Amino acid sequence: MLDVVLAKISIWAIPVLFCVFLVLGWARRVPVYETFIQGAAEGFQIAVRIIPYLVAMFVAIKVFRVSGAMDMLARLCAPVLSILGAPPEVLPLALMRPLSGSSALGIATELIKTYGPDSFLGRLASVMQGTTDTTFFVLTVYFGSVGIKKYRHALALGLIADLTGLLLSIFLCNLIFK
Amino acid sequence: MLDLIWLVLLLGGILAGALTGKIELVTGTLFSGANEGVKVCLDLIGLMTLWLGMLEIAKQAGLITLIARWMRPLTRVLFPGVPPEHPALGAIIMNISANILGLGNAATPFGLKAMEELQKINPDPGKASDAMCTFLALNTSCLTLIPATIIGVRVAAGSSNPTEVVAPTIIATGFSMVIVVLIDIFWRTLLRPWYRRFKKC
Repeated sequence: MLDVVLAKISIWAIPVLFCVFLVLGWARRVPVYETFIQGAAEGFQIAVRIIPYLVAMFVAIKVFRVSGAMDMLARLCAPVLSILGAPPEVLPLALMRPLSGSSALGIATELIKTYGPDSFLGRLASVMQGTTDTTFFVLTVYFGSVGIKKYRHALALGLIADLTGLLLSIFLCNLIFK
Repeated sequence: MLDLIWLVLLLGGILAGALTGKIELVTGTLFSGANEGVKVCLDLIGLMTLWLGMLEIAKQAGLITLIARWMRPLTRVLFPGVPPEHPALGAIIMNISANILGLGNAATPFGLKAMEELQKINPDPGKASDAMCTFLALNTSCLTLIPATIIGVRVAAGSSNPTEVVAPTIIATGFSMVIVVLIDIFWRTLLRPWYRRFKKC
């Protein structure tokens, strides 16, 4: 029931939001078309401004993964994870998640397919994927768009969020699914 | 900090590639990674243009200011450095709402708009302001009601109950959001002033 309602929200939200903006603008006598063009003009510059930041990040992350450095790091961290109650197979996912959304999703999909979506591993991988965020990608894009190179405590906060999400997903999955 | 992470990723990757005999693959990846970065930006152009146009209408109609006014009790605590009814607050609230509902492609344009507005009141434009750090902490730890992508993957893999992971996801993201906000406030109000005084001595 709940998931049907939630799915409906995600389909309807954007068209409804557009209607609200347009009707409200029209009612307030905003020249809607002109205003749209004026706001939209910035879109290109903002997207292009991010390019150097994203190239720097993507190159580093992809090289780290393809070269096998990621697997070495995963093997080093595996004992810590098994103490917490997570199978070592999910470690590449945990390490990849803050760095790259598409790679992490690839790893999660592979785990779910290999071990089955209703296995403990499949469920844990699903929850981990939903709980943590691609912190580096978000910081790179957001700070890059305004040209900021010094992130101060934003990076630490983002990584704490990922770590908390990771530990909580392991804990909750052990509690609910075992 | 970022310097160090970037160096470790790149040098560690190249070194590991040399050790495992994958150096050829590393060379190829250097260039394909660069292309991929540009491709992500190109994909963003259409999305950003559409949403920024729509957002401008909402702003001119006074909707963004109105939303900022409604959420004033919350934003006063989270963003003490941002003036009330500043357009940044409206954009931040819309970004977080989009994130909670799992509307990823709407969240990014709202978020970039928020960053642009925050940058206008940033006393040191080369460095992240406190408000930016708080905003990004909220953004990356954000409560997720609908982990739509992963539910799709589970359906495709033939799960008997694809949405059973929704409850733990909501609980875990809710908790981590609260924890990160508390750590941020604790750092800003207590720990940092103490740390600065300590450094001066």
